[in-house]
Amino acid sequence: MTLIEVKDASFSYEGTAAVKELNFSLLQGDYLCIVGQNGSGKSTLLKGLLRLKAPSSGSLSFSEELSMKQVGYMPQEAPNQKDFPASVYEVVLSGRLASLGLKPFYSAKDKQAAASNLELLGITQLANASYRTLSGGQRQRVLLARSLCAAKRLLLLDEPLSGLDAKAAAEFYELLKDINQNMGITIVMVSHDVQSALKYASHILHLENRQIYFGPSSEYQESFFRDMEAKANEADS
Amino acid sequence: MKLIVEMFSYPFLARAALSGTVVSVCAALLGVSLVLKRFSMIGDGLSHIGFGALAIATALNASPVALSIPAVVVSAFLLLRISQNSTVRGDAAIAMISTAALAAGVLAISLKSGINIDISSYLFGSILAMRLEDVVLSLALCAAVLILFVLFYNKLFAITFDETFCAATGIKTSGYNMVIAFLTAITIVLGMRMMGALLISSLIIFPALTAMRICRRFLTVTLCAGAVSAACFFIGLVLSYAYSLPTGASVVLVNLAAFLLFALAGRLKGAA
Repeated sequence: MTLIEVKDASFSYEGTAAVKELNFSLLQGDYLCIVGQNGSGKSTLLKGLLRLKAPSSGSLSFSEELSMKQVGYMPQEAPNQKDFPASVYEVVLSGRLASLGLKPFYSAKDKQAAASNLELLGITQLANASYRTLSGGQRQRVLLARSLCAAKRLLLLDEPLSGLDAKAAAEFYELLKDINQNMGITIVMVSHDVQSALKYASHILHLENRQIYFGPSSEYQESFFRDMEAKANEADS
Repeated sequence: MKLIVEMFSYPFLARAALSGTVVSVCAALLGVSLVLKRFSMIGDGLSHIGFGALAIATALNASPVALSIPAVVVSAFLLLRISQNSTVRGDAAIAMISTAALAAGVLAISLKSGINIDISSYLFGSILAMRLEDVVLSLALCAAVLILFVLFYNKLFAITFDETFCAATGIKTSGYNMVIAFLTAITIVLGMRMMGALLISSLIIFPALTAMRICRRFLTVTLCAGAVSAACFFIGLVLSYAYSLPTGASVVLVNLAAFLLFALAGRLKGAA
C-alpha cells in the first residue's frame, strides 16, 4: 500500500527552492534513508512529509488511511532540551499527546504504551531519572521511545545518530531494524551515514537540492558511481 | 506570630496578602514554561507595556485594569510572534518595544499631573494600590489561570519540551502558545500594581529557576515553584511590614535569597 506519493514536488523558502524535482513514493513497510550533504534539502523534505510545510509546486498525496496521529517524529535535539528538568517517563509519556485529544489527562492505556516502549528500548530502569543527566545515547533512546508512542504506522527521524559513538549508533540501527521488521512500522530517516544507510535501509533517496537518486538501496551504489564516473569523464574531456 | 496577627488586623494588608499570594503562584506556574522556552524576556517586556497602559489609563481617567488587560494581552501575542520568528532580532525588538512603552507611560503621567508624583508607586509598586474590587478580580482571574493550567498541564509540558514534535503529531501549538501568553499577560497586570512594573517579572523568573536547582522532574519543578513563590511573597510582605520596607523590593530579595539557598542545596546534593 502506498502511504505517501510525491510528484514533481519542490519546497522553497521565500521564493528560493530548497529542494526540487522530487518524485518518489513510500510504501507500507519501507525503510527509506534520505542522504545528502548539509543544506541539500533533507530536513526541508522531512517537514513536508510531516505536513508542516506545503510544497511550493507539485504535490504530496497522503494515503487516506495515514492520519497525522499515526505518525511518530524524532526531531534533532533542541538547544533548550539539554538542561530540561523532566523525568524520562514524563518525556516518553508526552509522545501519547495525539491520543489525548480534548481530554486533560492520560489514560491507563497511554501509560501502558509508555511503559512498554520504555521496556522495548531497554530504558525502564531510567524511568525516574532526569533527562538532563543522561548520556547522548540514552537521550536518543528516550526520544525514540517517545516517537514510538506516537508512531502507529510511520516513523520519521531527523539525523538520530548525530553525537553517538560507533557502538551506540550500531545499537540504534539494530533497534530501528527491529521496529521496521517486527512491528511493521514504516521508517523514513535523514542521515549522513551512507554506509549504514546502504546496510539497513530498503530504499535510498539522495538529494543535492534536487533528487539525484531514488530506488532500492541494493541498486544505489551502482547508479551513483555511474553518475560519478560520467561526471569524471565529462571533466576529463 | 503576634506580628502576623497584628498585620492581618489591617484590612488592606489582608487583601494584599491574599491576592499577592495567588498572583505569585500563577506567575510561578507560567514562569516554569516561559523560562524553559527561553521566553523570560517576554515577561519583562510585558510588564513595561503594562506600565505604559496603566499610566495612559490613569491620564485618561479610564479604569486602569480594564484598559491595561486588553493592551497587554495584544502585546503578549505580538511579542510571542516576534520571538518565534527570529532569536537575535526578537530580543532587540522586545527591548525596543518595552522601553518605548515605558517612555509613553512616563510622558502620559507627567502631561496629566504636571508633577510626576505617582510614577514611583507604578514602577516599584505599592500595597496600598489593592482595593477590594482588585482583590475580587485577582482571585477570579487567578482561579481561571489555575484551572486552565491544570487542564492543559500535559499539553503545556509537551509543547514546552518540544514544540516541533507536537506540531508534527497534529497539535495546534500556536493556540497553546497563545494560551500561555494570554494567562501571562493577565497575571502581570494583576501583580503589577503591588509589585511594580520594574519588579513584577521577578515573580515569573525567580521561582522557576529556584525550583530547577533541586527538582529533576517537570511536575515537581512546577509544584515547587508555586510553593516557593507563595512562601517568598508572604515572607517578603511580613518583612516589609515589620521593618517598613517597600513590599515589591522585599519580595524580590527574599526570592533571591531562596534562589541562593536552593542553589547551594543543589550543589551539596549533587556533590553527595
